[in-house]
Amino acid sequence: MSILVVAEHDNTENKSQTRVALAAAQVIGGDIDVLVAGSGVDGVASQVAAIPGVTKVLVADNAAYENQLAENMAGLITSIATGYTHILAPHTTSGKSYLPRVAAMLGVAQVSDIISVESPDTFKRPIYAGNAIATVRANDAVKVVSVRGTAYDPVAAEGGSATIEAVAEVVDAGVSTFISEEIAQSERPELTAAGVIISGGRGMQSGDNFTLLEGIADKLGAAIGASRAAVDAGFVPNDMQVGQTGKIVAPELYIAVGISGAIQHLAGMKDSKVIVAINKDEDAPIFQVADYGLVADLFSALPELEGLI
Amino acid sequence: MKVIVPVKRVVDYNVKVRVKPDNTGVDLNNVKMSVNPFCEIGIEEAVRMKEAGAAEEVIAVAVGSGACQEQLRTCLALGADRAILVETEHDAQPLGIAKALQAVQEREQASVVIFGKQSIDGDNCQTGQMFAALTGMSQATFASEIKLDGDKAQVIREVDGGLQTIEITLPAMVTTDLRLNEPRYASLPNIMKAKKKPLDVLSPEELGVDLTPTVEVLSVEAPAERQAGIKVESVEQLVDKLKNEAKVIA
Repeated sequence: MSILVVAEHDNTENKSQTRVALAAAQVIGGDIDVLVAGSGVDGVASQVAAIPGVTKVLVADNAAYENQLAENMAGLITSIATGYTHILAPHTTSGKSYLPRVAAMLGVAQVSDIISVESPDTFKRPIYAGNAIATVRANDAVKVVSVRGTAYDPVAAEGGSATIEAVAEVVDAGVSTFISEEIAQSERPELTAAGVIISGGRGMQSGDNFTLLEGIADKLGAAIGASRAAVDAGFVPNDMQVGQTGKIVAPELYIAVGISGAIQHLAGMKDSKVIVAINKDEDAPIFQVADYGLVADLFSALPELEGLI
Repeated sequence: MKVIVPVKRVVDYNVKVRVKPDNTGVDLNNVKMSVNPFCEIGIEEAVRMKEAGAAEEVIAVAVGSGACQEQLRTCLALGADRAILVETEHDAQPLGIAKALQAVQEREQASVVIFGKQSIDGDNCQTGQMFAALTGMSQATFASEIKLDGDKAQVIREVDGGLQTIEITLPAMVTTDLRLNEPRYASLPNIMKAKKKPLDVLSPEELGVDLTPTVEVLSVEAPAERQAGIKVESVEQLVDKLKNEAKVIA
């Protein structure tokens, strides 16, 4: 078996999702190469080379890959795909965009968002927003697989010394151009990497009220999330959304505040180790998955909680 | 300018699906079926392009069983001009669907093809991107805003870190995210009118595509149930439990 894992990074830092995909690759077994495609990615390449279990880091350093535009990424990946039995990528918004293109260009199916590797050709993946788990076997010669960010614990970041090789190939399809981005700047950990998350829902009533979560988040070193209802209502931006169509998270501690617990929200957080729910509606479905439920008005409970931790 | 919107017939999003006792799939007997919500957002966006004078014709296309005609009629009632069903009894998978749509696109030559970002049954998030690759189109996934401008489109995408704006050259494939628009409801007169709109049925053989799945579903199981825990009486008790019982805060 020979596996290519495509790294998730922001041109400066390798993301933990790469190491989760590498954990899945190790379960498949075989030689593992990692592709780092971006612009000015020497640092990322060194970080990836230090991950134990990586054979070779392939570096495609070109402005064409700076923003992970799907057409260019897919062209690059297919150009180096020969010889690999498996191509893996994290199931992030980047991976979701380029990987199906790769599969189609190779004429094979893709298995999306796997939560476990059962054997080199068999995987488990959630369907119906996590209300069912399918075990599927990919019968194509090349397995193209995206890996959920909570599927495995990330492999260690240090201890390896893979060789680094440059990829000369430059693919610029020329059909799409990056214009701008608004990336949330925060001192807090990223949702998908946080050990503690505190999320607000429609019960927060306004975006301003999310400041009630901030003091608690600061004390716990937590990331702040939101339900789809809170995002749809315009309280907070989309990158904070936890749920089936937002981010899938599995922290040590998840505190749901003013969140009723719609199926699609639960699908994004029910693998958290400990779940706390604070809601004034004692019949809210969130209490059915919470380890500790507190029926209370969040506007009095949150300041009290901040004072006690 | 033509706009194609591929749509999928799926279990209605309000239905709580149940896994069949023999673990071969989920029980679809007597379950309400609907247009996949993300596809419905695609129809709405295309109809708005037509209302704004940017598009001349909106075509809804489904790949699936004869029953998909019901969902295509819904799309016609929402404002699509005509519909095409590529009828197959195979449980078609993303690559097969993308190939069938590629064949439809060769006939129709649409400038914009709007997919839902994923279907709420398979949750694959693949078909649009695969179609774009097969047709060589540019793509913009997870759109929360589409602005057409001549032979280009500016699309705001919902990405993990926030929002990203890209410019794509037409013909282009766009997938919808939740906040692109709020779909309208079909009015009764429009539902009546939809019955008279053209709906063509094609076979995969006519289009020369093979829809045989290559991913085999071995079993489907219910997820591990999470047990409900306890209700605490006060914030004080909650903090005590988190510190001393769960030991997740210091």
